[in-house]
Amino acid sequence: MTTDTEIQAPARVERRAGQASWTSTVPAWVITTISVAVATGLWEFFGRDVNPLLGTYPSAIIKAFFSMLQTGRLQDALIQSSQPFIVGYIVAAIVGIPVGLLLGRYRILESALGIYVTAGYATPLIALVPLLILWFGLGFMVKAVVVFLLSFFPICINTWFGVKAVPKTMIEVGTAFCASQTAIMRGIILPATIPYIMAGLRLGIGKAVIGIVIAEFLTAISGLGGIIITSANSFRTAEMFVPVILIMVLAVALTALVGWLEKYVAPWQSEITGHDSV
Amino acid sequence: MAHLEVQNITKSFGTHHALDGVSFNVEKGDVVALIGPSGCGKTTALRIIMGLETATSGQVKVAGRPVSGCGHDRGMVFQHAELLPWRNTLSNIGYGLEMKGMKEPELSRTAMHYLELVGLTLAKDRRPHQLSGGMKQRVGIARALAIDPEVLLMDEPFGALDSQTREGLHGELLSIHAKTQKTIIFVTHDLDEAVMLADRVAVMHAGKISQIIPIELERPRLDMRAIRTSAEYSKKRTLIWEALHDAGVSAAA
Repeated sequence: MTTDTEIQAPARVERRAGQASWTSTVPAWVITTISVAVATGLWEFFGRDVNPLLGTYPSAIIKAFFSMLQTGRLQDALIQSSQPFIVGYIVAAIVGIPVGLLLGRYRILESALGIYVTAGYATPLIALVPLLILWFGLGFMVKAVVVFLLSFFPICINTWFGVKAVPKTMIEVGTAFCASQTAIMRGIILPATIPYIMAGLRLGIGKAVIGIVIAEFLTAISGLGGIIITSANSFRTAEMFVPVILIMVLAVALTALVGWLEKYVAPWQSEITGHDSV
Repeated sequence: MAHLEVQNITKSFGTHHALDGVSFNVEKGDVVALIGPSGCGKTTALRIIMGLETATSGQVKVAGRPVSGCGHDRGMVFQHAELLPWRNTLSNIGYGLEMKGMKEPELSRTAMHYLELVGLTLAKDRRPHQLSGGMKQRVGIARALAIDPEVLLMDEPFGALDSQTREGLHGELLSIHAKTQKTIIFVTHDLDEAVMLADRVAVMHAGKISQIIPIELERPRLDMRAIRTSAEYSKKRTLIWEALHDAGVSAAA
């Protein structure tokens, strides 16, 4: 009996190891590529049968993409949209991160102002756009403000909660070695909060994208959002999908950029967690 | 005048008295262990001496000066080392020096000296997650020693380590003490640790010191095997065990 189990046991281990090697040797990007190719192929195949007013398919979108590139319409729209997007998002980061740090660090500020940040995060801010138009007009300013408002709250709230998650004993190290408040903030709390800040910046990109598109729908119709709404109104569905997909690709790229930035500013983080952030 | 004077400190949280009049003196170069069951106030006492907490009443003096809050006259070693994960070994050791206002190149030179003292020269550039538990705590000790404090305070410094590593670090601490002659106060609930390292063991119970037991073992204590088998060692170990046991029985009664 004992010899039987002794002989069988290694065989079973080997088989399990063999199975693991098949799934773990194929690189992740290959699996992703195959998945995207299959999905696109299915869309192309079934999409061709759909009424062009109601749906479209990949090759039609690509054709529309190149014709819009040729007329220069797409480039102009991209530049128009990206300016308020970049300004709004960067201001949201510049204001949101320090405000979040202060809210997390000082109880008085947290009790006095935290409620507004929580409320602002939960409010459907898009509903305020008509009012914002009255304040800021229909042009660049109002779009930047909408982007700012939507991305500010996730950035700020994540930073704030990140500070709350810093272990008390880690701050006590600073206290025990007589670090000043500024030194504790810069030398302990800020680096310890970086993963949360980066998560906030990533969520902020998603919100900022929604912000710019909606702002372009509701204010002066322009930019990529403008193309979406005018194409949809004239039933040019393939044309409508060009900016939608372009925005999606850019948003994914920006999110990846934040991930890269995290590895650059906080290299210890991916070492500790043992996996790369997407 | 004693090097460290703890004068009748109390600490209350509402109606609960965590410390109920604790007094003791420590001479320069002496090692004192605070031992007792969980919740006896030993860690609170240490934290008050460090200035991480304020006493409800009473006073702590280091080298004759009353202390309030933090100070570079005391160096703290934390229970789980608490190294900063984004700093490498050398720069973790240099943290206290930086806070003390020391500048390069003196900063690196001093940190290097303590890196060598704890025998981690090869791990100079590693980050904490690349260090073992024992190595982390050695960095913690070096960081506290680097600011050249009058008193070294250690809060259950080896409690989280396995027994082999712990004994290795006992030897290390004994030799560091032999070299630096620092005044050390440490909290523990390990009897062997208390007898092996301390000159005096303060047994605490319910916020008070119930007994102070002197350990008459010669310094430097380099031969740990000989110490462990000595009559004084087993005698004092039994004495402390009884002191803890008596306190436990009276608490349960």
